[in-house]
Amino acid sequence: MAAEGGNGKGAVGPSGVRTYPDFSAPTVDKVMVEERAASLGKRSIKKEAKVAGLLLSIAMMDLTTLEGKDSPGKVTQLCQKAMRPHASPEVPPCAAICVYPKLVPVAKRALAGSSVKVASVATAFPSGLSALDVKLDDVRRAVAWGADEIDMVIDRGALLAGEKTRIFDEIAATKEACGQAHLKVILETGELGTYDLVREASQIAMLAGADFIKTSTGKVTPAATPAVTLVMLEAIRDFFYATGKRIGMKPAGGIRTAKQALHYLVLVKETLGDAWLTPDLFRLGASTLLNDVLMQLEKERTGAYQSGDYFSKD
Amino acid sequence: MARAKDKETAGASARADERENGFVPPARLSVRKAYKMLVGGQFVRSESGRYIQVADPMSLGGTKENVPWASRKDVRDAVVVARGAWEGWSGRTAYNRGQILYRLAEMLEARQGELSRALERGGLDASRAATETAAAIDRVVSYAGWADKYQSLFSSLNPVAGPHFNFTVPESMGVVGVVAPARPALLGLLGAVLPIITAGNTVIVLASEEDPRTALVLGEALATSDLPGGVINVLTGRAAELLPHLAKHMEVAALDLHGVTPELARKAEEAAIVNVKRVRTRSIDEAAWFDADGATSPRWIERFVEMKTIWHPSGA
Repeated sequence: MAAEGGNGKGAVGPSGVRTYPDFSAPTVDKVMVEERAASLGKRSIKKEAKVAGLLLSIAMMDLTTLEGKDSPGKVTQLCQKAMRPHASPEVPPCAAICVYPKLVPVAKRALAGSSVKVASVATAFPSGLSALDVKLDDVRRAVAWGADEIDMVIDRGALLAGEKTRIFDEIAATKEACGQAHLKVILETGELGTYDLVREASQIAMLAGADFIKTSTGKVTPAATPAVTLVMLEAIRDFFYATGKRIGMKPAGGIRTAKQALHYLVLVKETLGDAWLTPDLFRLGASTLLNDVLMQLEKERTGAYQSGDYFSKD
Repeated sequence: MARAKDKETAGASARADERENGFVPPARLSVRKAYKMLVGGQFVRSESGRYIQVADPMSLGGTKENVPWASRKDVRDAVVVARGAWEGWSGRTAYNRGQILYRLAEMLEARQGELSRALERGGLDASRAATETAAAIDRVVSYAGWADKYQSLFSSLNPVAGPHFNFTVPESMGVVGVVAPARPALLGLLGAVLPIITAGNTVIVLASEEDPRTALVLGEALATSDLPGGVINVLTGRAAELLPHLAKHMEVAALDLHGVTPELARKAEEAAIVNVKRVRTRSIDEAAWFDADGATSPRWIERFVEMKTIWHPSGA
């Protein structure tokens, strides 16, 4: 029963009643946020700036495979690709590999000695609809198997039902279960319905101890959009002003082209500044994006448009 | 009644005033068409915003019309959709491809008048325009027939000295870039494109520079046929500007060049080396396109297939 209430940060006051921080967040102007997010995608970024942006986006990439058919072979192959995305020496390794818990030991072995981190989804991914004990056990196992980062999902049903304190407690309990591992909190914005709720969920996650907030699981459409990312970035900015703490951001799902990747970098730069333009504070969750970025880099190098036939599939 | 009569009189006198001022209001303003290219089943202007002006001999006072002037990026976008359409198009049964081509002929037949008029505005007299349109539609029917027959002609069971069945079958190449001949603008474009798509390839065609408008009218018929979006993509612009980009593109498997200058063809062939594209050139005179027997030979299809040879143990 104790687990049901969570063992989070909701402090127990002198009267024995749990008190929580203020979750309230400013409301979001839907039209303006979509307009601004779109306008930041219209910049023409060419030549050296484009190449620099693309290389940075590779260094920020969480190369992801979250399919039922993931095998040790596929994950090993993906790890090779994360460590050495391309033959040319200026292309950096990716930031992390993102896999299901069972494949963490495989990834850990394949990445031994490299700078690439292992991120694992956990907490009954992708729905999060399990008992808290089960979800925390999922996290502890993933960490024990070697995960450096945990991507948890929140219980969207509970949030939509207004149970904000439950969400807070679950995130806080998960953070505790993570130990040294970094915690990314997936809001699954495609299921939250409004920007206001996205903003509020971001606030709850940051107050409860998230190191990163992340848009989506990749299993729901719409996944990451520039507008929803901008809402979350603004939440991070205001949280920084209020607390001095820098929280990371990870848009994930539906980011497939180099152009989109540059768009997200512009959003971060314009909202949070250069301090956030590092893999420690910004990640792109993607599976097919890397090849498009590599193709664009090759296009810049050779002048010829590239074909996916000449790049490894996974 | 009386009031209506008053109004009429007032209207008439107003018109009389205008006439005195030298202004005659037209009966109605005609609606002019913005000609657009066909890319991925969508009608698009050039990403660059550029236009080429084409004479419109049917208008009073020699007005010119704008047709899009495609850029390097339009070529890139077209290649992406052509590649996306290739799997579906080549994956259809040959019989189904034939049915779709026949359906295209049905759509063209209904637009015969419009296509002829476009050719006339491009400089042909009425009878030559009608002849060319009819020949173009018949060419579509011919290739609709070839769609499920050429395979048997090109395939072979090869004699080998060993316990194997050895056979060779044609397969499609992928995305093919075409420079259509300047004339005949309609029959030449279709005559070049049809054998290529019959073989299961998808096409980006740079339309005739002498009469680009007809190709865009054809695009409207293509978009209403059952042909999946992206199988034929029609661009208008300058071949000398666009062909080098098409030739360099790693996603393009082959080029079919008609009426291209030797210098430009050589440039294309050199650029095509990067991914060992097949570069075919075909220079036949205008009259040869009208030779129904010669121009519908399956040999034109054979230029755009890759032969796959398979060794299979016969268990002897």
